[in-house]
Amino acid sequence: MAKVLVVTSGKGGVGKTTTTAALGAALAQRGEKVVVVDFDVGLRNLDLVMGAERRVVFDLINVVQGVAKLPQALIKDKRLENLWLLPASQTRDKDALTEEGVGKVIDELRARFDWVICDSPAGIERGASMAMRFADEAVIVTNPEVSSVRDSDRIIGMLDSKTVRAEKGERVEKHILITRYDPSRAARGEMLTIEDILEILATPLLGIIPESQDVLRASNVGTPVTLSNADGAPARAYIDAARRLCGETVAMQVPTERKGFMDRLLRRRAA
Amino acid sequence: MSMGLLRLLRGNKASAPVARERLQILLAHERGMRGQPDLLGVLREEILAVVSRHVTLDPTKVIVRLERGDEVSTLEVDIEVPNDFERKKAAVA
Repeated sequence: MAKVLVVTSGKGGVGKTTTTAALGAALAQRGEKVVVVDFDVGLRNLDLVMGAERRVVFDLINVVQGVAKLPQALIKDKRLENLWLLPASQTRDKDALTEEGVGKVIDELRARFDWVICDSPAGIERGASMAMRFADEAVIVTNPEVSSVRDSDRIIGMLDSKTVRAEKGERVEKHILITRYDPSRAARGEMLTIEDILEILATPLLGIIPESQDVLRASNVGTPVTLSNADGAPARAYIDAARRLCGETVAMQVPTERKGFMDRLLRRRAA
Repeated sequence: MSMGLLRLLRGNKASAPVARERLQILLAHERGMRGQPDLLGVLREEILAVVSRHVTLDPTKVIVRLERGDEVSTLEVDIEVPNDFERKKAAVA
């Protein structure tokens, strides 16, 4: 049974695209057949983060409008056998995303894949509402910061009222993914803690992605962070999150960088 | 030197509890408003309609503001009326 998962947040810059790429790759590595779909029409970036920017020929809007067939628009990942990308259009207007058209494409994707991961644009406009419209599950990416938590709350409200599932009286299964978390700052009372965020949003936790240089490095080279440095702290956190999405029980922890003595010494000096 | 001691010397308090409290208050309010019609928008339209029956107004000069306080909230209605409206009325009469 295929699952449609939306990666959303309301606020921009919290890590939706990084998360889509990382979870997509982590699930594909487990043998799941995965497509990641970019809904950010006009500001596409999933292709860039996945390292497929030069291979885009057709896009989601072309398929929605019937200009191209779905197989023509799907881009196969060069590293993972089971991972595919459906890019957004860079030139078209987001109004081209009609509900009927998007619904048809999602149905076709459901028939071909185990996971359809929809990368939502920021905001609550058409692109974001279309990305969540047909979702079975949602990952709400949240930074430990007031504006991000507020926007997540707003998005949770939309998931509970504006999705096809909600309108049928069913539930979209929601998960919070906290990104850019710095355990030492939280311990010092400088950053909202995990418990604070979960209590405020009243939604279960999927994982905690620590603040890390790996994330920028991964997007620089166009590789999902789970592949670029699979032993790094964010990669391990994303791999754990993917296992939880598949129903495994994995103890929750904040993965930390494995640092040698010299690293610690230098870091202390630098601080 | 421990961070706690450092903070004590500098005199700054942990800011996360403040963030938490502000969010809890704000979200309790915003959740209550969800799905409700836009109260201020409705008030503005209706006030504009009533006043317009008597005075010719520039609709952009009608401002309705709601300030939330702990105990009570204040509704502020600011309507700019052109100075010559009395004269116009006299002319009509």
